Amino acid sequence: MLKRLRENKSTQGTLLALPTTLWLFFLLIIPLILTLVISFGKRSPDGDVIYTFSLNNYTRLFGYSTDCPEGQASCFNPLYVQILWRSLTLAFNTTALVIIMAYPLAYFIARAHPKRRNLFLFMVLIPLWTNFVIRVYAWMMLLRKEGAINVIIGGVANLLNIPFTPLEMLYTPGAVLVGMVYEFLPFMILPIYTSLEKIDTSLYEAAADLGANAIKTFLRVTLPLSMPGVVAGTILVFIPVMGTFIVSDILGGRQVILVGNLIQRQFLDARDPTFGSAASLILMIMTLIVTYFYTRKFGFGEEIVPA
Amino acid sequence: MASEFAVEMRDVVKRFITPEGNEMAAVDHVTMQIKNGEFFSMLGSSGCGKTTSLRMIAGFEWPTEGEVYIEGNAMGHTPPFQRKVNTVFQSYALFQHMTVYQNLAFGLEMEGAKEDEIKKRVGRALEMVQLTGMDRRRPRQLSGGQQQRVALARALVKTPDVLLLDEPLGALDLKLRKEMQLELKALQQQLGITFIYVTHDQEEALTMSDRIAVMSKGQVQQMGTPVEIYERPSNKFVADFIGESNFLEGKIKSLSKKEASVFIPGLNVEVTGMPISEGMVKGEEVVVSIRPEKIRIADKDTKSNNMFRAKVTNTVYIGADTHVYVDVHHTKLKVLEQNRISRLDPKSFYVVGQDVWLMLMPENTLVLKKD
Repeated sequence: MLKRLRENKSTQGTLLALPTTLWLFFLLIIPLILTLVISFGKRSPDGDVIYTFSLNNYTRLFGYSTDCPEGQASCFNPLYVQILWRSLTLAFNTTALVIIMAYPLAYFIARAHPKRRNLFLFMVLIPLWTNFVIRVYAWMMLLRKEGAINVIIGGVANLLNIPFTPLEMLYTPGAVLVGMVYEFLPFMILPIYTSLEKIDTSLYEAAADLGANAIKTFLRVTLPLSMPGVVAGTILVFIPVMGTFIVSDILGGRQVILVGNLIQRQFLDARDPTFGSAASLILMIMTLIVTYFYTRKFGFGEEIVPA
Repeated sequence: MASEFAVEMRDVVKRFITPEGNEMAAVDHVTMQIKNGEFFSMLGSSGCGKTTSLRMIAGFEWPTEGEVYIEGNAMGHTPPFQRKVNTVFQSYALFQHMTVYQNLAFGLEMEGAKEDEIKKRVGRALEMVQLTGMDRRRPRQLSGGQQQRVALARALVKTPDVLLLDEPLGALDLKLRKEMQLELKALQQQLGITFIYVTHDQEEALTMSDRIAVMSKGQVQQMGTPVEIYERPSNKFVADFIGESNFLEGKIKSLSKKEASVFIPGLNVEVTGMPISEGMVKGEEVVVSIRPEKIRIADKDTKSNNMFRAKVTNTVYIGADTHVYVDVHHTKLKVLEQNRISRLDPKSFYVVGQDVWLMLMPENTLVLKKD
């Protein structure tokens, strides 16, 4: 038995993949099917699921409403479409901002002296040692009315004799964006750094040798060769940002509600798992569609590997 | 044509700071004049300064002292993309995210060439290196030899005045390397452009070059044609680095303008009529350099001049030649005998312990200054 196993490579592979396959089957595939089934169900008055086949949750999500002004049987309620759209644009903006901030830093680290590179990478990783939620709370301390930022600006204004009313920064879309960018920056820096660091410096020399100045070398050689890192980082940032609810919960309050918050509230506050399930699936489908078109255009990040 | 010299290095010094914080001169007062249309090699072991010299010509490094001239123009801090030289890199440095065609077109696009002109020139360059039809491949889909040709074509398509080659054949296997050596030489003669070639392989340098600069410790030890370098090495380093040599201590007994009689205590003979270099004096301690293939070996004493007895201590058969190790008064010498006849019969050759007679031809020996 053992001997046969030793000789049979494909059996070995199956065995090695078995634990994770089982894990994913019971904790991903089955829950996903359950979510799908529940999303077609109806909420009973006391918050239970009535299993049936109804598209009500989906039509409600896309604006169909029966809770209308007098005289109308149905009308358009933009609330949930707005939430979906807000989540999507916030994820786009966060990813774009993170790329813009991470790329120059990753480039700087990759070009730094090898001895200092590890120190810089270490510094990038230090924030990750603190709990995610605590880091978001730290931003609350900075952004609130009596927070550090207002105190400092107020102090300076006071010195210069300029009248100053504390800025309302907390519970705004901007606060959520800042929090998201801060949380996800390292996940963009690291893959971009890795792909930049892999580029053989003789390629830069070859480009210069063939007549390219620094800008052309960057656009024609450095950037295309580091795209795998940008793609990997985008996937690592965009997908979680689409689904997260902690940052918007703490820094956005009731003002900035994202799909993540909607789902959380349906399950915990509104006690409507059927609507929560439908929202979860729509979120997943939206993320998949964006990721699909993105990776179709730019690849999965491993197609161009510098020699 | 501005200058007689394609490239000139005048008293160039390049200092680096080592990781330990010390200053080190990778290139130490190097002066070289490389003529237009010449195949010029820089030869030396790693760390001798040959690659740093090449990189200063390309513009990847700037001299700490001295000046590099290309076509008579001082280069100063001119960046690489403004120099009319192109480089073939040791690692090829091909752009993996581009096709072969795009790799070649890159340099022409940077010049602002029109698309149909690019097409024509790339086509011609690919033909020149026999890669026609490979233009849509990616570098990774090519063999090492083909990649090397792409790197060569990418540099040549720019029609540079000077082509710089940094050990371009180092990664190829022996047979392919020998083919490419001849091909490169033919290409250089056909195009008539100046090649500056960096290598640590003496055979490669001797095969291809019009002139060679032998370098060591950041300095040029000797510059000359392959024949000059091999037959008249100017010092013990060159004699030792290029080919093989037996080095024996000697003392000048008497001398005329160009010849000397040198007593070699190790062999207990006085060799007359040896060619000497300038500035040697009677009584000077010298080193006599004798190439193994230039010692005649015989099994009988023919009573000629400069003949002495030796004992065979070992023989090593290596196909085309046999190395015969002999002992003369406890001085060991290596003699190289060509296998002009079949050695299948053991009696056809010398055996260990046999007495033989060696003959030195003074004109084939060399008297060098002691370091």
